[in-house]
Amino acid sequence: MPPSHLSHWGLLITGDPLIYGADASIALASIAIVYVLTKYKKWKWLWDEWLTTVDHKKIGIMYLIAAILMLFRAGTDAELMRTQLALPNLHFLGPEHYDQIFTTHGTVMLLFMAMPFIFALMNIAVPLQIGARDVAFPYLNAISFWLFFFAAMLINISFVIGGSPDAGWTSYAPLAGSTFDPGPGENFYLMALEITGIGSIGTGINFLATILKMRAPGMSLMKMPLFTWSIVATSILIVYAFPALTVVLALLLIDRVAGAHFFTITAGGNPMMYINMFWIWGHPEVYILILPAFGVFSEIVSTFSRKTIFGYKSMVFSLLLISLISYFVWAHHFFTMGADASVNSFFAIASMLVGIPTGVKIFNWLFTMFRGRIRMKMPMLWTIAFIPCFTMGGMTGVMLAAAPADYQYHNSYFLVAHFHQVLIGGTLFGMLAAMYYWWPKVFGFLLDERWAKWAFWMFNIGFYVCFEPQYVLGLMGMQRRMYTYPSGLGWTDLNFISTIGAFIMGLGFIFLVWDIIYSIRYGERDLTGDPWDGRTLEWSLPSPAPHYNFAVIPHVTQLDHWWELKQQGRQDELRPKASEMRPIHMPKNSGKPFLLGLAFFVVGVGFVFEWYALAVIGFLGVGALLLARSFEAHPDYHIPVDEVVHTETALGRL
Amino acid sequence: MSNDHDTPQITKTFHHEKFPWQGIFGYILSLALTAFSLWFGLEHAAQYGVILYVIMGLAIMQIFVQMFMFMHVTETDEGFPWQSLGLVSGLVFVAAIVIMSIWIMTFGAGVS
Amino acid sequence: MATVIEHAHGHPVDEGEHYVPLEYTEKDDSLKIFGFWLFLTQDMVLFACLFATFVVLRTHIGNGPDSESLFDVKGFIEETFILLTSSFTGGISTFYMRKKRAIGTVVWLLITAALGAAFVSLEITEFLHYISIGATMQTSAFLSAFFTLVGTHGAHVSVGIIWMISIVIQILRRGITPALSRKVFIVNLYWHFLDVVWVFIFTVVYMMGVIH
Repeated sequence: MPPSHLSHWGLLITGDPLIYGADASIALASIAIVYVLTKYKKWKWLWDEWLTTVDHKKIGIMYLIAAILMLFRAGTDAELMRTQLALPNLHFLGPEHYDQIFTTHGTVMLLFMAMPFIFALMNIAVPLQIGARDVAFPYLNAISFWLFFFAAMLINISFVIGGSPDAGWTSYAPLAGSTFDPGPGENFYLMALEITGIGSIGTGINFLATILKMRAPGMSLMKMPLFTWSIVATSILIVYAFPALTVVLALLLIDRVAGAHFFTITAGGNPMMYINMFWIWGHPEVYILILPAFGVFSEIVSTFSRKTIFGYKSMVFSLLLISLISYFVWAHHFFTMGADASVNSFFAIASMLVGIPTGVKIFNWLFTMFRGRIRMKMPMLWTIAFIPCFTMGGMTGVMLAAAPADYQYHNSYFLVAHFHQVLIGGTLFGMLAAMYYWWPKVFGFLLDERWAKWAFWMFNIGFYVCFEPQYVLGLMGMQRRMYTYPSGLGWTDLNFISTIGAFIMGLGFIFLVWDIIYSIRYGERDLTGDPWDGRTLEWSLPSPAPHYNFAVIPHVTQLDHWWELKQQGRQDELRPKASEMRPIHMPKNSGKPFLLGLAFFVVGVGFVFEWYALAVIGFLGVGALLLARSFEAHPDYHIPVDEVVHTETALGRL
Repeated sequence: MSNDHDTPQITKTFHHEKFPWQGIFGYILSLALTAFSLWFGLEHAAQYGVILYVIMGLAIMQIFVQMFMFMHVTETDEGFPWQSLGLVSGLVFVAAIVIMSIWIMTFGAGVS
Repeated sequence: MATVIEHAHGHPVDEGEHYVPLEYTEKDDSLKIFGFWLFLTQDMVLFACLFATFVVLRTHIGNGPDSESLFDVKGFIEETFILLTSSFTGGISTFYMRKKRAIGTVVWLLITAALGAAFVSLEITEFLHYISIGATMQTSAFLSAFFTLVGTHGAHVSVGIIWMISIVIQILRRGITPALSRKVFIVNLYWHFLDVVWVFIFTVVYMMGVIH
């Protein structure tokens, strides 16, 4: 539907100063990037070192940068929404524009900020934690990144070219179908998510294979770090849940562009099947978002309490149990859709049950901290902030799980407050804790604590000020996705307070970014590779790790092997000896993953604007690149021993 | 990568065939199951529900025949056939998705 | 638990209790085969979602025809027989691959691909027939679901045919290397999987569509 006060000049959106501002920023940023790369003659460097890399450490860095940029983008969306809602009857944003903004806010935060943040951590930490030299399929790893990247490009340009999607991040039929929402907007959503979804499935397959098959000798499953275990659970969820997203979005796309009747309201279509299948993916997705955070917290709690995690076996078991149960709760997202009571009861009980293994984890973290020698570094600060915040969010989740009560809460601000509390208090706090924790390993310097503390306090205070009033607003009847509200309902004060909180959070983000910029120059350098006196194998390597990770693969004998060696004064056993070195087998860089991403981008543009010739060209490109890869006989090489010796000596390890 | 065993640990999940007996046997069995399914479904005068269960059962049997005889699903060169675990758990989720979707979507059963 | 093992030093052990098939002899191979099993697992979930959609929508025929009036028993029996046979011939090509017999492998791969092409052309004919009598994807929810489920399977088969031909070309150029033996094994896993999916299409779509 053409937006009310927005119009088109060809494909470019016109009529709104915010959009002109975005146009200008995009143009300026692009020119600046091209200028800097040309002036410092860095095009070849960009291609050789980053665009063609298959190294998990670099791919992790690219995911991290993307996640932080997207946090800024979707955070800006949030500030715009809260500005519009600060007072009743404002017209800062019209209804159509508001719809586009909450849609992209949700979509970008979940799929283009949180998911890449998780993939960043997986790439940065998992191979190092298990004593491996890379992931199982480095080429596929690169493909996954570039699919994500080009999908992010697709969703981000929709704002200025063609129009953003506007049917919510869940894009329900029939609203999102071609009858009620014609035009490219929704197609952008569908194609971007299809493309990034394929990348995500690749990552799930990759990390399951890596962890099950590439652990260092002696590292049995029950001797693995808990973060790695959390990624096993997450990868299982990804592999089993994402195909449902691929299918449901494809079917909606086929409805929209081919006139099919899966989810229409005529000719037998059933929009409720969309909702059913969307949440078959959607529920496991939110567990995909939280389990890595749980893994991160386990690492941080034990490291900064200087104690082995309490109840390792129950931690593993609870991760797997949460994964299992999460497949059997999806209908709680549509209790009010009208299924019968037996259906709603089953899903209500299952949804409440999932709180039990979660509770086990919380208690285990607390028991680990009890009588530990706690150091309040930034990762630990974020972890301690997570515990009460997420617990509260989880409790409101159990309230929502009571199906009859949910008839009151559903799609009100009570729900909005709940999911922000678990996503921010759980996922985001976990990602930030992990960022401070692993940053030295990746970049070789620590993030400055002073600025980090400013960011931490602003963000935490801002969070509670923004979201706790929203529970009350929900109970007072305020619905979600409303672009404005009338005065006289008693909603004004709480909305205004909530907006203040949002801006305090924004300040927190600015401090976070400033911390990064400041620390690049002034941050304490990590000279030992082990700034936190860590427990797991990644801390036995220099920071940053050499491109082959381990010169000699370690032999592991127990949980927290690195810590145990240090306790016994045996840490030198993990220093490589020249006599043990062999040539190291490494994969070659390749430009094909980048080109494959580009080909999918072309397919995406083709379907968005229904220029099918372009989509066909894109598909042919995909096919050609896949065949070219198949015909490649030697996509690998060996690093000779003297080069390894040279590198290790320069790092002071030999 | 180094290993932690002195000799390669190769379990007896591979068996060496001089003639593709497994494949032939699997093919004949699959043909028989398909033929029986066709006959029972089209010629036999049983109730609709009964036919449904029988042909579904035959389909599931054929899956197992093909998985073991064609795809060598339990073959592994080290210890544990993780792929079998993955497939079995996948089948559980697949059944859950299909059966529970049908259950959820048969609306109006309790609503007047 | 499991770790990556040095395989029989890079060459296949052909006999006795230390037999290792050709496609598992390189360190990378067992990893890639396992990765492909994971891919098949997600493809299984993908088809399950298409099946769930079909089962929910199969009675939603709007103003269009239902399955009984549309499906031709002889047609789907032919398709089933051809695809099942092609799965068998694919297995024969794996058998020859394990014996390092390049010509045998190539011949049986080509037979498999040819049978696959016959299957696809029968299916295209079937679809064109339905379209010609006005039963299109746009007619009803049932037909949207039918064309998408069966069409997705057909598209998978078509990709498999191209893949097999590319492997044949590589074998003709380089002989049966360990890497190519793995590729033969994997493409056959893919092909067998597609036949397994077809067993369900045969049962749930066609059989359920014509029985009373």
